[in-house]
Amino acid sequence: MATKVLERKPLSLAERSYLPQIVGGLKITMRNMLKPPVTLEYPDERPEIPVGYRGVPTLVRDPNGREKCVSCQLCEFVCPPKAIRITPGEIPEDAETAHVEKAPKEFEINMLRCIYCGLCQEVCPEEAIFLQDIYSVTGYTREEFAFKKEKLYELGGTLPDKHFKWDKKKAAEEHGNPHH
Amino acid sequence: MPSEVLPLIIKALIVIGAVMTMAGYAVLMERKIAGWIQGRPGPNRTQIPILGSIPVIGTFLTRLGVFQPAADGLKFLFKEDALPGHVNKFYYVLAPMIAFVPAMATMTVLPFGQYTGADGVTVPIVLANLDIGILFILAVSSLGVYGIILGGWAANSKYPFLGGIRASAQMISYELAMALSILPVFMWFGGTLNLHAVVQGQYQVWTIFAQPVSALIFLVALFAETNRLPFDMPESETDLVAGYNTEYGAFKFGLFFVAEYTHIIIGSGVFVALFLGGWTLPFVPIPDGIAGAIISIGIFLAKVFALVFFFMWIRWTLPRFRYDQVMNLGWKKLLPLAIANLVVYAIIIALIENLG
Repeated sequence: MATKVLERKPLSLAERSYLPQIVGGLKITMRNMLKPPVTLEYPDERPEIPVGYRGVPTLVRDPNGREKCVSCQLCEFVCPPKAIRITPGEIPEDAETAHVEKAPKEFEINMLRCIYCGLCQEVCPEEAIFLQDIYSVTGYTREEFAFKKEKLYELGGTLPDKHFKWDKKKAAEEHGNPHH
Repeated sequence: MPSEVLPLIIKALIVIGAVMTMAGYAVLMERKIAGWIQGRPGPNRTQIPILGSIPVIGTFLTRLGVFQPAADGLKFLFKEDALPGHVNKFYYVLAPMIAFVPAMATMTVLPFGQYTGADGVTVPIVLANLDIGILFILAVSSLGVYGIILGGWAANSKYPFLGGIRASAQMISYELAMALSILPVFMWFGGTLNLHAVVQGQYQVWTIFAQPVSALIFLVALFAETNRLPFDMPESETDLVAGYNTEYGAFKFGLFFVAEYTHIIIGSGVFVALFLGGWTLPFVPIPDGIAGAIISIGIFLAKVFALVFFFMWIRWTLPRFRYDQVMNLGWKKLLPLAIANLVVYAIIIALIENLG
């Protein structure tokens, strides 16, 4: 490749006096000054959370109010930092959703361990655990950061359901087709 | 005797109060301008109970940060006034006072308005109308650097010490160019050193248009004398922690701080009086009596604040010079330029006087 030698011109008197450069700088700062601030006044204004943001993992209920988790413990198994602890429990025989059979007795996510990777959401066969838009976790003690089941449901709320898997299963069972 | 002294004392107290308040609000102005230039809103949270909760005005004032200087002042006042164990206690306590007093003393001879009485005699509104006003300002304002040097030395710590040394070298370098740059101005107005006479002489043409080079040199030297960026060698936050006031806290730091801003305000006032026509507007006569006095003071303050704004605008635009660049600029550029400027204007003035 041919080398192109550029002539380096000596600075002109105006350039050496530094004054035109100062004026240029002043123009830039003045333009900046007239623009509106780019800052977000945080506690008053909240950032817009993008779609697909991985916030705090939460447990959700389906629109009928049934807790979706069936304590299969896949999330506990897949969780890289081992932040999830599930104590499986049984749904009592006389409950309306007795055919689901299992629900977590205790579900704990240690937010001091959680790395927000989203593998639990990915692996969940029941679409029961979601990383939603909560990004600010605070607390005074270590115990507060171990989110218990109630807290996780409170944070998660109810999400719309496309399948109503267990309702369909129940209907199929009642129509004499236990295997769909 | 007391009947003569009392009004003077009252006048002095009013002026001191006004300048101190202006210094406080200059700090706010600086923080606001810094914010705006950097795309931030600046201080906008401080509120005082009753005034701040008035629906529209209170919110507006809070957003503007008007209550911030009061909060800052109270903080300086009520913080523990720590005295580090390794300092030279006498000089350590003395230094902020020495920095503060000259800053305040310079304003005694700075006229900031005019009053034309019923007898048609125009007198300047000033605490002391000295005939050698500008000499007094130059002499006393450069005393302020002793506070900085003393503070840097008494703190017995390397960064303040370096800050103090830089302050002394810088002050000496720029004092010369500063004094030489304004000599042509006083020659232009017939050899008087009285600031009031200089302002009256600028009724038609401001000196900045008649002597732009003098104005430029004086402005640059003023930046250096007031330790403002791009010449804030004594403070140099980025390389000397906080320079001469590293070891100071609470009210002593507050005194240094107020002294710095007072210097800026007084310096701007001197520049306005010398180059920007003082309290006059071109071709607009100032009415007689009290109304004229208030109008002239208003014009003067507006000009001073425009210049203080310029100081801050420059600060958030330019980076700091390196120390050797400061020395180069002072000794090799500004001083010869000031001398050449003096000679050229001496010749021009001599020609005008002899031919005209």
